[in-house]
Amino acid sequence: MPLVLPLLLAVVLFCIGVYGVLARRNVITMLMSFELMLNAVNLNLVAFDAWRVDEATGQTLAIFVITLAAAEIGLGLAIVLLLFRGHGHVDADAARDLEEAS
Amino acid sequence: MTTALFSVAGAVAVVAAVVVVVSRRIVHAALWLVLALGAVAGCFGALQAEFVALVQILVYVGAIVVLVLFALMLTKAPMKPLPELTTGRSPFAAGVAAVLALILGAGVVFAFGNEKIKPVTDGSAKTVGTQIFKNWVLPFEVLSVLLLAALIGAIALSQRKKED
Repeated sequence: MPLVLPLLLAVVLFCIGVYGVLARRNVITMLMSFELMLNAVNLNLVAFDAWRVDEATGQTLAIFVITLAAAEIGLGLAIVLLLFRGHGHVDADAARDLEEAS
Repeated sequence: MTTALFSVAGAVAVVAAVVVVVSRRIVHAALWLVLALGAVAGCFGALQAEFVALVQILVYVGAIVVLVLFALMLTKAPMKPLPELTTGRSPFAAGVAAVLALILGAGVVFAFGNEKIKPVTDGSAKTVGTQIFKNWVLPFEVLSVLLLAALIGAIALSQRKKED
C-alpha cells in the first residue's frame, strides 16, 4: 500500500474537521468536528507506525491520543452543559460574555 | 487487498465526515459520526493495528458518541432541521479548509510520494501493552492522572450551584 493513501485520507479528514469548527454555530457540533480532527491525527500516527516497522510506538501514541480525546470531550461537554444552564442556548456566536453564569 | 479494503473504509469515512459537518439535523450529525469513526477504525484494521481499532470502537463509538448524544438530549437539541446551524461564514470556512488541504496534501505527496507500507502484523494487544509498560510508563501514568483530573473537573463543573 502506498504511504500517501492514509496520509491523504488524514489530510482530508482534518480539513473537514477544520471546516466544521469554523462554519458551525452549535458548540456540540464543533466538538464533533474536533473528534474528526483528532481521528486524522491518529490515522497519521498509525500509518507512520506501519511504515517504519518498529515495535508499535505510533500505535501506543494513538492510544494516548484516544485517551486525551475522551478527557477532552468529557470536560468540553460539562462546559457546554454549564453554558446551556446559564444562557439557555449552546450557540458559540452568541456566547460573548466571559462573566460567570449567574 | 489491503489497499482496496483501506480505500473503501477511507471513502466511507470521508463521506460520513462530510455529512457530519454539513447536516442540518444535529442528532443525525451525531449518528453519522458513529459511521465516520467506525470507518476510521476499519482503516486502522487495514493498517494491521487491530488493538487500536478495537480501542477506537470501544472508546469513540461506545463512550464519546454516547456522551455527545446525552449532551444533545440535555441541551434540548431539536430533531427538526435547523437552517441556522451553519453560519454565514461557511464559504470562508470552506476556502480555509480547501487551502489547508491543498498545502498539506502537496507537502505529504512531495515528502512521501514514493514510500510504500509493507503489510506486517504488529498491532496485537501484546505488542502495544509491552510497549506501554516498558518504554512509555511515565507518560501512561501522567495520562491517567490527567484523565482523573478531567473527570473531577467535569464533576465539579456540573455540580456547581448558582450563587446568590
